Amino acid sequence: MPHKVLMPALSPTMTEGKLAKWVKKEGDEVKAGDVIAEIETDKATMEVEAVDEGTLAKIVIPEGTDGVKVNTLIAVLLEEGEDAAAVNAVTADGGTADAPKTVTPANQPTAEAAKPAPRMAVATPKQAAASGRIFASPLAKRIAKERGIDLAAVKGTGPHGRIVKADLEGVTAGAKPAAGQTAAAGSTFTPTSSSINAVALADAYGIPYSLQPNAGVRKVIARRLSESKQTVPHFYLTIDCELDTLLAVRKQVNDAADGFKVSVNDFIIKATAVALKKYPAANVSWTDENIVQYERADVSVAVASDNGLITPIITDAASKSLKQISVEMKDLGSRAKAGKLKPHEFQGGTISVSNLGMFGIREFSAIINPPQAAILAIGAGGERAVVKNGQLTVANMMTVTASFDHRAIDGAVGAEFLQVFKNLIENPMGLLL
Amino acid sequence: MSEQKFDVVVVGGGPGGYVAAIRAAQLGFSTAVIEREHLGGICLNWGCIPTKALLRCSEINHLMRHADQFGFTVEKYSFDFKKIVERSRKVAAQLSGGIKHLLKKNKVTVFDGHGKLLGKGKLDVAKDGKNVATLEAKHIILATGARARVLPGLEPDGKLVWTYKEAMNPQAMPKSIVVIGSGAIGIEFASFYNNMGADVTVVEVMDRVMPVEDAEISAFARKQFEKQGMKIMTGAKVVRLDKTENTVTVHVEAGGKTEKITVDRVISAVGIVANTENLGLENTKIKTDRNHIVVNEWLETDEKGVYAIGDVVHGPWLAHKASHEGVICIEKIKGLSDVHPMKKENIPGCTYCTPQVASVGLTEAAAKEKGFDIKVGKFPFIGNGKAIALGEPEGMVKTIFDAKTGELLGAHMVGAEVTEMIQGYVIGKTMEATELDFMHTVFPHPTLSEMMHESVLDAYGKVIHM
Repeated sequence: MPHKVLMPALSPTMTEGKLAKWVKKEGDEVKAGDVIAEIETDKATMEVEAVDEGTLAKIVIPEGTDGVKVNTLIAVLLEEGEDAAAVNAVTADGGTADAPKTVTPANQPTAEAAKPAPRMAVATPKQAAASGRIFASPLAKRIAKERGIDLAAVKGTGPHGRIVKADLEGVTAGAKPAAGQTAAAGSTFTPTSSSINAVALADAYGIPYSLQPNAGVRKVIARRLSESKQTVPHFYLTIDCELDTLLAVRKQVNDAADGFKVSVNDFIIKATAVALKKYPAANVSWTDENIVQYERADVSVAVASDNGLITPIITDAASKSLKQISVEMKDLGSRAKAGKLKPHEFQGGTISVSNLGMFGIREFSAIINPPQAAILAIGAGGERAVVKNGQLTVANMMTVTASFDHRAIDGAVGAEFLQVFKNLIENPMGLLL
Repeated sequence: MSEQKFDVVVVGGGPGGYVAAIRAAQLGFSTAVIEREHLGGICLNWGCIPTKALLRCSEINHLMRHADQFGFTVEKYSFDFKKIVERSRKVAAQLSGGIKHLLKKNKVTVFDGHGKLLGKGKLDVAKDGKNVATLEAKHIILATGARARVLPGLEPDGKLVWTYKEAMNPQAMPKSIVVIGSGAIGIEFASFYNNMGADVTVVEVMDRVMPVEDAEISAFARKQFEKQGMKIMTGAKVVRLDKTENTVTVHVEAGGKTEKITVDRVISAVGIVANTENLGLENTKIKTDRNHIVVNEWLETDEKGVYAIGDVVHGPWLAHKASHEGVICIEKIKGLSDVHPMKKENIPGCTYCTPQVASVGLTEAAAKEKGFDIKVGKFPFIGNGKAIALGEPEGMVKTIFDAKTGELLGAHMVGAEVTEMIQGYVIGKTMEATELDFMHTVFPHPTLSEMMHESVLDAYGKVIHM
């Protein structure tokens, strides 16, 4: 029987993607495990492997096509001995598959993302779209009603895509899943353009312009950060850290190091994680029912790429050595810039760190990445005039501004956490462990 | 001997194995089953099926003994015990032949012999110690089942000390029996022999009979058994057997005292042991835990390409659980989309003693322990018209709901025909019905099943017939 190759959902947030490139041509022999196409998601480019053997009989969606919805028929594989006529029957049928294969991305997601794996399975968006009816078990309907959950935003894993009780676990009112999981496909928040349309204005006043279509990444950044600014009560705390000792220690470490160089940012990542370990009250997330107290510090590190901002994660950074953090950051950073991070590498995290010091920015405040409750904005380190014991002197200073989610973290808590962080920066020997 | 290649090879042709094989064939896999004794496994040949055939006969005897209640005068009647046993063997043989036919119809190749893993997807099939075939498979499913556990001092001798096998194929009807173990197997044999007129004593080491059932159900059943003349000893342990030519004296320790009971036969029903020997597991990464093969929710072992289902893995050790595991395993291998792991709490358990016992989900104690705020409904058989018309007024239906969500957490029934009724609750539980769905369902009248409706009503203070 011909195998339908469907547009896979390569991340829980993905509802559509761009079929960037066909690696195999029509007529090519395909073995299980062969890379047959490259798909651009909202965050990265993923290779798609064939699950079955056969001949790539027909490419239905040409390469370069954007906005291909998850589950759309993209190609047909014929098994040995099957003929072309069978292909036509299949393509006529379109996107509904009798046995949709979950095409696996080239590398499997880790347990973090795999836990909601049943939710990553291809949904049947047709179902809800067609009749507007939502299929859910009686029990699930009742639980959703009681908890104020919008069933339209929940992906069902029961028979025929029915929503069952298990699908509501961890989902809170407003269809925002609990921290630690990524948003259900089709989060209800849409960033609205300003009521003054930029294009209309430019046209009206003759301002010359060109249009640059928003890449998937850009759209996601827009949606998530608008949502963050509009729903998370931010407050900001600024603290100055003396860097002299850290810079001296760093020099000694790098002189002794073989084959790697630890950056100031590596120290900052470690200090953030160790500070959270010492002061767990800042390692939290807000949900309607509970404060999620994380038992591990995973630091999301902001990296600028051509497509936009992305945050690769150093998991359990407090337990990793500076060397490990340095090596991981180099790898993650370069792959982030190339758009080649795997979903589990940038989805998650319990706190974020953003460093604009290399641009000479003295101080800034960053926007929290939900569902996290804090982000540290690191400014440039530099010599400044400071007063110590009534004497004017010079010290190497760095200004750090933390943004906190006031629902989960109060002022005093944020302040105490920053004190712990500052202490670790200024007495960095503990970070060498 | 040249190798024969298959997509799927199933080792063991019991309810787990043959169902997995048929499903595999339906999905287009080239499939083979290796069976060393008889198709249908224990269930069909020495378990579920023949015991139900026997119990039907003891049910008839029970009716005969109370015939005057129904207006019949039965003065002298007799039964041919050999014929009763023979009937059960015929039923087993008929079904076993049926399985052979089904496998043939689905083009599953059956190998008669003992299957053993050689590693790297290969299997050896041996008959009488000699290799008769070598197979190669992409996927191997181990469904080798289990056998009776033997406790030291209680070794079956085929004559005086029986396991289930001898108990269902006796030469003659014993006059007195001690049954050790009051789980489903033990209690069914106790009930059978008691109803056939033997003097039966049940010895159970736990503090109640049928210890996995809800405590209220256990207590109810015990009362009925004792009314029927069965002697029950709980919190009791068999410490010694003294055998003579034709009798066994059983030394039972209970409450600090030792009692001696002399009987014709002893039936030992003290649990099962998985058949993992001589399977070649040592050639693989497969792990066992307390003798059963360790698998994940998809029935995969630690050895890629090898799976295990049924009694050879974790419990509950029931034929229907084995069959469903077989289907889940194969459908997952095929990559079908709507495949989900089994939910233990949706698997019913049935015991075919008199009165029958059937249950699904959490007991009242377990629900409370899990922290649920519960609503409990109970309905007695005496309140049901059909039960009285049938002359079966002893029994009850108990339902346990999550007070917060209306989820059916557990259903427990004891009485006539409950094993046929429990599926209604299982369907509801599987579909995540709430109490409203059960209440809105129209149960036919007059049936015993109406009690299922009334029990749910009772949980919410709306019962009509009580």
